[in-house]
Amino acid sequence: MSVVKSMHSLTPITALGGSEPRVETIGGVTCREVPEVALASVTARLKHEGQTKTALKKAVGLTAPDVGLVASKTLTIFWMGPDQWMVEAPFDSHEDLAAQLKALTKDHASVAEQTDAWTRFDVSGENVLNVMELLCNLNTRQMAVDAVSRSSIHHLGCFVRHISADHFGIYGPRASAGSLHHAIITAMSSAR
Amino acid sequence: MSQINRLEGGQIDRNQPLNFKFDGKSYAGFAGDTLASALLANDVRLMGRSFKYHRPRGPLTAGSEEPNAIVELRSGNRQEPNTRATTAELYEGLTAKSQNRWPSLAFDAMAINDRFSNFLTAGFYYKTFMWPAVFWEKVYEPIIRKAAGLGSLSLLDDPDEYDKGFRHTDLLIIGAGPSGLMAALTAGRAGSDVILADEDFAFGGRLNSETFAINDEASDVWVQATIAELSAMSNVRMMTRTTVIGAFDHGIYGAVERVSDHLIMPAAGKPRQILWRIYAAKTILAAGATERPIAFENNDRPGIMLASAMRSYANRWAATPAQRVTIFTNNDDGHSTAADLHAKGVKIAAVIDSRADAPRSLDYEVVQGAQVVDSKGRLGVKFVEVKLADGSSRTIECGALGVSGGWNPNVHMTCHQRGRPTWNESLAAFVPGGTLPPGMTVTGAANGDLSTHMALKTGAAAAKAALGLKGRSAKTPTAEDAPVSQTPFWYVEGCSRAWLDQQNDVTVKDVKLSHQEGFRSVEHLKRYTTLGMATDQGKTSNMGGLAIMAELAGKSIPEVGTTIFRPPYTPTSIGVLAGRMRGKEFHPTRLTPSHYWAKERGAVFVEVGNWLRAQWFPIAGETHWRESVDREVTATRASVGVCDCTTLGKIDVQGSDAATFLNKVYCNAFAKLAVGKVRYGLMLREDGIAMDDGTAGRLAEDHFVVTTTTAKAAAVYQHLEFVRQCLYPDLDVQLISTTEAWAQYAVAGPNSRALLQKIVDPEFDISNEAFPFMGCGNITVCGGLRARLFRISFSGELAFEIAVPSRYGDALMRRLMDVGEEFNVTPYGTEALGVMRIEKGHAAGNELNGTTSALNLGMGRMVSKKKDSIGSTLSERAGMNEENALMQVGIQPLDPADKITSGGHLMAADGPVDAAHDQGYVTSAAFSPTLSSMIGLGMLKDGGNRQGEKMRLVSPLTDLTVDVEIVSAHFVDPEGERVRG
Repeated sequence: MSVVKSMHSLTPITALGGSEPRVETIGGVTCREVPEVALASVTARLKHEGQTKTALKKAVGLTAPDVGLVASKTLTIFWMGPDQWMVEAPFDSHEDLAAQLKALTKDHASVAEQTDAWTRFDVSGENVLNVMELLCNLNTRQMAVDAVSRSSIHHLGCFVRHISADHFGIYGPRASAGSLHHAIITAMSSAR
Repeated sequence: MSQINRLEGGQIDRNQPLNFKFDGKSYAGFAGDTLASALLANDVRLMGRSFKYHRPRGPLTAGSEEPNAIVELRSGNRQEPNTRATTAELYEGLTAKSQNRWPSLAFDAMAINDRFSNFLTAGFYYKTFMWPAVFWEKVYEPIIRKAAGLGSLSLLDDPDEYDKGFRHTDLLIIGAGPSGLMAALTAGRAGSDVILADEDFAFGGRLNSETFAINDEASDVWVQATIAELSAMSNVRMMTRTTVIGAFDHGIYGAVERVSDHLIMPAAGKPRQILWRIYAAKTILAAGATERPIAFENNDRPGIMLASAMRSYANRWAATPAQRVTIFTNNDDGHSTAADLHAKGVKIAAVIDSRADAPRSLDYEVVQGAQVVDSKGRLGVKFVEVKLADGSSRTIECGALGVSGGWNPNVHMTCHQRGRPTWNESLAAFVPGGTLPPGMTVTGAANGDLSTHMALKTGAAAAKAALGLKGRSAKTPTAEDAPVSQTPFWYVEGCSRAWLDQQNDVTVKDVKLSHQEGFRSVEHLKRYTTLGMATDQGKTSNMGGLAIMAELAGKSIPEVGTTIFRPPYTPTSIGVLAGRMRGKEFHPTRLTPSHYWAKERGAVFVEVGNWLRAQWFPIAGETHWRESVDREVTATRASVGVCDCTTLGKIDVQGSDAATFLNKVYCNAFAKLAVGKVRYGLMLREDGIAMDDGTAGRLAEDHFVVTTTTAKAAAVYQHLEFVRQCLYPDLDVQLISTTEAWAQYAVAGPNSRALLQKIVDPEFDISNEAFPFMGCGNITVCGGLRARLFRISFSGELAFEIAVPSRYGDALMRRLMDVGEEFNVTPYGTEALGVMRIEKGHAAGNELNGTTSALNLGMGRMVSKKKDSIGSTLSERAGMNEENALMQVGIQPLDPADKITSGGHLMAADGPVDAAHDQGYVTSAAFSPTLSSMIGLGMLKDGGNRQGEKMRLVSPLTDLTVDVEIVSAHFVDPEGERVRG
């Protein structure tokens, strides 16, 4: 996909209201706000499931992952629901990710910009599993790397993605970034 | 007094002396002590008063089953009533108070109740507080409430934090005694994921209290080696201080971990307790057994305790309740207590064994075929009265009496899903039976295998079976395997005030009375006498009560049955059930994209669901909210105002059948809406009642953006998903929420276009001709930022809603304020928004209140007859289309100084004011700075034909009667010229 840089004059803020992403380390676990990603949902239209997968493969260079899985190279795709995926890309180079994907998938898929519908927090470190088990009811100890699941954290519907051995990505609703961040930091402080 | 009852040995750390206070008096103990063990070591047997009769009481047990030694632990805002001294770990600076006494534990004025015990029998309250009826609420209830309950609450906020967490495992083992440890070893060595949980702060269970050998060494050696091996296994998680409180559905167990209860206060950032939900594929219940007492006259004096507890205090905590001790038993286990205490140098006055063939001892006297029938001593036992085999009596002086009537398996957790235990005749006890919670196996003493050897053996076997492990079992460690012989011996014949349930003061006599008065079902017995209630849940008392009831009814114990055991297994703090969900953290908060900017402006916020919205923006000199709101309304109508309306739900609807889909969910037509246009839409419920309203803008042939009200955003999304997935799965339509993806601001007022023209990029023409009322489109602003523009108006003014990606919302708001200075741009909050929509007559949540139809809202003709849509058919029901149906109207006071109140009812100008003459009600009210009076919207019978009618607005609750006139609901610009300007 092509690289498009926006030239407008408005300065963005992160979901937590800062100009820079917030990073905190407690007890060997680091929570980092990750605003540098663009997101777009891609949902296959009825009876266009095959074409959508083909288009996605062409667009992202990855096979659309199966239920509960993530595929990742430069861009990342994770499964959201039946015939529905979230595509994640570096924000700087893909701020118009949704438009680019729509151009490639044409009428085979419905594409919606989701960049600011979510906020991503990366939680990583040696004790990350102890933190995760205070946050959500997923079996994160047994969760494979490159698995993703919906889960409720502090009453918020989130995606929890296992990025690498001691590294999880939590995608939560942007407007509740403060509450979600508080829950994560509290769990980091609380966990042993 | 310095620990005169402290013995040698034990598992206390004598290098860590600890100071503590009980009832204001200072004592010393050691790390590893419980409050009860430390008090006993200090020769304190009296630790509490009983509930009803205020009788002096000391510990009966050494564990969580304790009915008597319950205290108020800590002070100030950390004060916790009803804490068991037998499980409270000692820490430096611990403070505890006895409870249920006045003025002091030693002298309790309320002990007078004991003198009136003949009156205070079972059913006392039911029989006494009957008449006169007028006394029930005013007199009796306050008295009973004052007397009820144990301990007191601080009434201060709990300063501690509580967490909730989730753990998953192949095998949950409940109890880390010999059976649990052996199961954990077996499963852990096989590589299974194991959680081993025990309520105690030390693993080992009963082995910590015994002098048994395992593999020919002290059992402690085996316990420590096992703990070390398990600790080295990454697949085994060991949870001490963790009580599994309940077996719930789908293999989920509740467990409370007391993270910080052994500390004077939690470490910074650490919780006091965690409520774990443990998802277990398999469970082994190795909860052990509880010794049962034998009831006799005055068997509740401090110093009288279970023989096994006495052994625990001596062996584990190096403490004895007295230096001269008697044992009363009907089985060999009682003799172990005598032997262990004797070995520790405690004088055994005698062992009273009810069996004629009881084993003799060379070290102390064993009285065969005898029974303890009474005790004496004001604040603690001093003498016990023994009835000898030949019928004669003997008095024995002693400071403590250990009682052993055999053991009851701890079957509680097996019954949490309504499983019933079965009677084991050889043990004279209930054992797990019937249907266990799925995936559960019971081992060791909990299953009636009471020897250490069997506990070890069955623990290993259960783990193998539960996990389907193949291969030969590891050799079971050698351990005692004495044959267990238990015979029923529940109470001494002829006793009356013999305590069965020491926590609730239920005696043998009470059970007999219950039977006599017809409360014979075990469930009735429990409720009539309170047997088995309160914090100990009858762990030491239930069996005695059942046995007596069975005897009186001429039935066997299994025929009488048991009451059902329910979670939690032990008392659980409300705090840990709440977890983090309290105070401001009760629910998550949603912040709008302009929140930080609004905060800088000093906005006053209001909670709207989880959202925090700016309610108004006070400026210097304004002292009342109305001043701010009036100014915001006036400035907006005069020039331009900006309001953050991001909170409205935004649902992205795409697909080749998107228009067809919207035609189904909205009652009005959408199929022919042109691209670049917005339409107001009304959704009906299946029953024809209005569900929600909003707009839908068509961005492309196959792409709509639906907006919902803030309150109904989630409900509407859920509804649309239901319709898509279940009602019309053959339609090609895809939905996704974009509420938070876009920051959306209403820009309203005659100068709104002029303001927007300053930020909308010049290639986009937003003139009235190019971008007319109800237009929409994708545009760019501020030099290329993608944005969406909708020409819609909630205020009744020329207005737009502009949306940009949320991260730019803060900057866009600041930019609008900057470039709008020349127009006196005014930010407005939800109050001004509400005033303007009432002035315009737009319905909102107050009008779409779940009882109103399109007809009531004045939109009856919007329900298209040319198509089928959800709710349209049922909206045609006769009852919803009566001639005098409620219709939305405007209401204005005749005297502009009068109030209009929402919720008030409309009555005819004359005549009675009552429900029969009710004509309608006010749904919304506000002060209109535009009309300089209060105005209201309401529902009035046949309202469409009653404009100009004078009526009364009445509110009997607030004693309000106002003369009003029924007017058009559209107070401002009824022709809609401004919105099209």
